[in-house]
Amino acid sequence: MEHITIIGNGIAGITCARHIRKNSDAKITVISAESEYFFSRTALMYVYMGHMKWNHLKPYEDWFWEKNRIKLKKAWVDKIDFKEKTLHFSSEETMDYDKLVLATGSVYNKFGWEGQDLKGVQGLVSKQDLELLEENTQNCKRAVIIGGGLIGVELAEMLKTRNIDVTFLIREEAFWHNMLPLQDAKMISEHIKSHGVDLRHETELDKIIGDENRRVKSVITNSGEKIECQLVGLCTGVRPNIDFLKNSELETDKGILVDEFLQTNIEDVYAIGDCAQLKQPPAHRRPIEAVWYAGRMMGETLAQTLTGNAMKYKPGNWFNSAKFFDIEYQTYGQVSAKPGENEMHFHWQHQDNSKAITIAFEPNSNKFLGINTLGIRMRHPVFDHWLNEDRKIDHVLANLKQANFDPEFYTHYEKEIFKSFKENLQKF
Amino acid sequence: MSKLEHNMSLTGEAPAKLSTTQKLASGIGLLGLFILVLALANVNFPNKTLFLSLSLGLIAMGTVIFANDLYLGKHEGIKNDGVWFKSLTGRGFWAWILGITLTLFYIVLYWYPQYLGLNADGANTGIVSLFDPLSHLISGNPASQWFVYGTLYTLAILIFGYKFILKYRNNRYEIIRTFSVMFFQLGFAFLIPEILIRLNQPYYNPANIWPLNYDLFTDYKINEFLSAGNIGVIMLAFGLISIFVITPILTYKYGKRWYCSWVCGCGGLAETAGDPYRHLSNKSQYAWKIERWVIHSVLVFVTVMTIAVLYSFLGDSANDFWLTKDLFLWGTAGFLTLLFAVIMIFKRKELAKDAKYGAIGYLVIILTIIGINYLSGNGNIFFFAGYQLREWYGFLIGAVFSGVIGVGFYPIFGSRVWCRYGCPMAAVLGMQQRLFSKFRITTNGGQCISCGNCSTYCEMGIDVRAYAQRGENIVRSSCVGCGICSAVCPRGVLKLENDNLGGRINSEEVLLGNDVDLMDLVNQKSK
Repeated sequence: MEHITIIGNGIAGITCARHIRKNSDAKITVISAESEYFFSRTALMYVYMGHMKWNHLKPYEDWFWEKNRIKLKKAWVDKIDFKEKTLHFSSEETMDYDKLVLATGSVYNKFGWEGQDLKGVQGLVSKQDLELLEENTQNCKRAVIIGGGLIGVELAEMLKTRNIDVTFLIREEAFWHNMLPLQDAKMISEHIKSHGVDLRHETELDKIIGDENRRVKSVITNSGEKIECQLVGLCTGVRPNIDFLKNSELETDKGILVDEFLQTNIEDVYAIGDCAQLKQPPAHRRPIEAVWYAGRMMGETLAQTLTGNAMKYKPGNWFNSAKFFDIEYQTYGQVSAKPGENEMHFHWQHQDNSKAITIAFEPNSNKFLGINTLGIRMRHPVFDHWLNEDRKIDHVLANLKQANFDPEFYTHYEKEIFKSFKENLQKF
Repeated sequence: MSKLEHNMSLTGEAPAKLSTTQKLASGIGLLGLFILVLALANVNFPNKTLFLSLSLGLIAMGTVIFANDLYLGKHEGIKNDGVWFKSLTGRGFWAWILGITLTLFYIVLYWYPQYLGLNADGANTGIVSLFDPLSHLISGNPASQWFVYGTLYTLAILIFGYKFILKYRNNRYEIIRTFSVMFFQLGFAFLIPEILIRLNQPYYNPANIWPLNYDLFTDYKINEFLSAGNIGVIMLAFGLISIFVITPILTYKYGKRWYCSWVCGCGGLAETAGDPYRHLSNKSQYAWKIERWVIHSVLVFVTVMTIAVLYSFLGDSANDFWLTKDLFLWGTAGFLTLLFAVIMIFKRKELAKDAKYGAIGYLVIILTIIGINYLSGNGNIFFFAGYQLREWYGFLIGAVFSGVIGVGFYPIFGSRVWCRYGCPMAAVLGMQQRLFSKFRITTNGGQCISCGNCSTYCEMGIDVRAYAQRGENIVRSSCVGCGICSAVCPRGVLKLENDNLGGRINSEEVLLGNDVDLMDLVNQKSK
């Protein structure tokens, strides 16, 4: 029987394993050193905040894996012998495979700051990081978070629930402005501040200072300011977790290079999820997309290929979501943070600054390109259709109500939004 | 896991910690409770009106101050910080103390009301007598243990309803729904029946529908209705219309939520006072299996009991009353068989294997028992006399299950144990919701991140995530439509809706975001 081995039990690896099982009787082994069972990484924060217990993070009950004949192995892969098709574990054990799927995920970035390896300096990606955070926040009064992205704002929310003061250093002039258009970004910045976070725009980390026990005691910013703290959160993005594959015959760049079938340069070796880097990404997509949804879709696609139905990875319209403290964010299609010539934005914001939408369109044709919504839920299928049908912005605004996904009895803002668009029409 | 699940911060304060105001508020509330305890210990208060008002007032004030301090002045939004860290809501020491106290209270209430001060002959003493002034004011009679219970129950729904509204004040669905349960409890369940008594009419709560109200069609109640003249007949007729006409129509349009989380008193208590315990429900597939067998068995039990009681109540001769024993019996058997046939003919495909076996098994057993007893001519229809079945049902289901286990165990098993495993009304509505209703919880394309907030905070123990992460709508008979899964979802994935029947149950994987070919293929394979 063919043995398909998957390294990594995150959403990409596990989705792949599940879909292989749907179509085939192959022997499946999933290897992880992080946790015995698949868990939802996106929900780590809720365990720290006391919303959930560890068990709630597991999307499948423990009996599921045996029932579906997916073997789980908790082990650390030191080295892969691609010629012999053998995995070498840190325990000196070995395992042979017929096909290998690399789904090793991400690790957080460290940019060579002075003091980045002190105690109390950490990122938040893995289960071990969460355990470390529990330890590091004992006796913690103030934390400094570096980097204004999704993990940064989540970490800020987590620490605030433990009454830890948070100083949040971000490089941009507003939160996540490398992804969000300025007005959206500014609204979120204000919201973060309103939660008592000391948010510093256009501020970067210079170095981290430790005490005599090599534990962090302060940071120095690029303006020379010194901030006392007992925890430093490194949230300046993630990179593919592929260090153990360097210096092998596997072709890598930032991530593991794969073709459109998600295959690496070595036969029978594939890579999916955060660790994979597409050699030729589709239009409007990045070569590495470290998001849950991309991992899941790659897992589904590769499972088809591995079970005899070769299929290219062709993700559809871009979508994503997040939550910044109390404000939910959804996006469909393409909304650039800094739009160029061929993209124009219509922005509406509610007076209480808890809701906003930004619609991107092509100025000449009025073609709808994408939407960001903050504090208003929208229907994914509706926007997916409109994007596929190349609808114009007029159509989108006139039919916006169809796309609303807020709970029943919520106040609707479509009329207000439509009116605001008409009034601002001459500006465009 | 202990490392992850225990807050170890020493100076970074635990979210579980109470503020000074909250401690003070708890003190005020406990003082109010303490007056009740003193009354229970037979302290004879001189001015009962004053002390009763003081007691209930302090309890209400304590809760309101506590809730205000907890939620006002903070951002609107989800407030579950530290729920699993707190002893009271995380199955800790205080949870057990509260659970045991509540359980003891129910045991005394049901079986030893004399300890509460209820005296069969002579004036009330103890805590019951403390409530006499209020009872006199409303119904004109002295209080009973049930009046004490009803008052405290209503007070709990009102004050914890207030707390709930503050907690979910970002969500209009929750606000309106909570006002609804508060209204129905205060008006329909508490005031109307008491006022009817004052007017010398039968005790009747129009919102308490058979089979939840298992006494509605028993001999003593029917006699009471019939002797009350026109108004009694209207009550009886409304009782019949409620279950056979109103319930099916409303459930078709809105799902069972119109009753379970908008009207019902049991649901009302679970949604308000029970809200801090909603996450304790068991989400395993095993629990779901038990739930289906137990709840439908209770439904069969109450149906059998009611048939038996009515059978022994009715006469033999058509001259006395058109509905005779025989006509009723064969009419009921015919109705049940017809209902069964309709479900099997039209909805067979939507039933799981065990549901089919269960339904067939129960129908055969009931019809056989009726047949045997009818032919033996022993006057009973289920081996035992109707009143005896009713007594057992009242003890096992009415008292032990819905009261002692249902509410007493809130802090251990969660707030909806009775509604999920026991309530026969929920079983009727649930069957209809699953098979003949426009209600569903829609999943938003491919946006689910499997975080598990929805499943954790589902008081009915539905593994909502299992559906959401596959892009499947949630159509489950147990769903009471409380809307909390949708509220706690951080990515805007879930929405309670009444919509067309077409495409309501989509067991296909419709995760958007993938290329269309792949979705077609995945769906073909799953068919």
